[in-house]
Amino acid sequence: MIEITAKPLDPDQTTAKVRQDTNGAVVTFLGTTRLFSEGKRVVKLEYEAYEEMALKKLEEIRQEMMAEFGIDNIAISHRVGPVDIGQISLVVAAASPHRREAFFACHKTVDRVKEIVPIWKKEVFEDGSRWVACENHEFASDEAATIHADHN
Amino acid sequence: MQLDVRFFALYRDRAGCSRFSLQLPEGSTVADLASEVRRLFPRLAPPEVKIVVAVNAEYADHELTLQEGDEVCLIPPVSGG
Repeated sequence: MIEITAKPLDPDQTTAKVRQDTNGAVVTFLGTTRLFSEGKRVVKLEYEAYEEMALKKLEEIRQEMMAEFGIDNIAISHRVGPVDIGQISLVVAAASPHRREAFFACHKTVDRVKEIVPIWKKEVFEDGSRWVACENHEFASDEAATIHADHN
Repeated sequence: MQLDVRFFALYRDRAGCSRFSLQLPEGSTVADLASEVRRLFPRLAPPEVKIVVAVNAEYADHELTLQEGDEVCLIPPVSGG
């Protein structure tokens, strides 16, 4: 039900894991790699995972969301390694007897994956690259960093 | 005690290595480890940023006392999806 893989993701395969005759609704979310990041053209993305912990966190989220929404079926697949633009990097499938729970469970599962699972993406541009979400890690200036180093 | 410390993503790039072995006094906490890592790798993160640490594949409070053999990972802001 949980998968981290360097191979291209197949949404049908992830969705098939949650299909059951007792369910009347299946919601599948696809996260896809975007061409532009803040106006800059992205050449490709590179995903990296702390796999042992990421698998544990994905299963934890799956269990929490199934309990919260009272449903039996959620599946999550995440891609790692280099991913070209327009490819699928995340698949979340949720199924329930009625549509409401499947929609909400899918939405919240995606949010939780982005919040707590130790997976990182690097955007590669034609003239450089950056780790996404690490804006708060910019040093004010090289000078400030040197002063800090000296004081330690 | 001897600890195996791993870096991922931004931290790996900045540290220039993906893991290293760290010697700390018995009874050291995650906070002690974080400040020792900052001393060894001053360009890892600006001083105002709190470094998130995972111990044995679980997010750890900075007050947690470390044990010999713990696997410690420094976790930069996550960005999966």
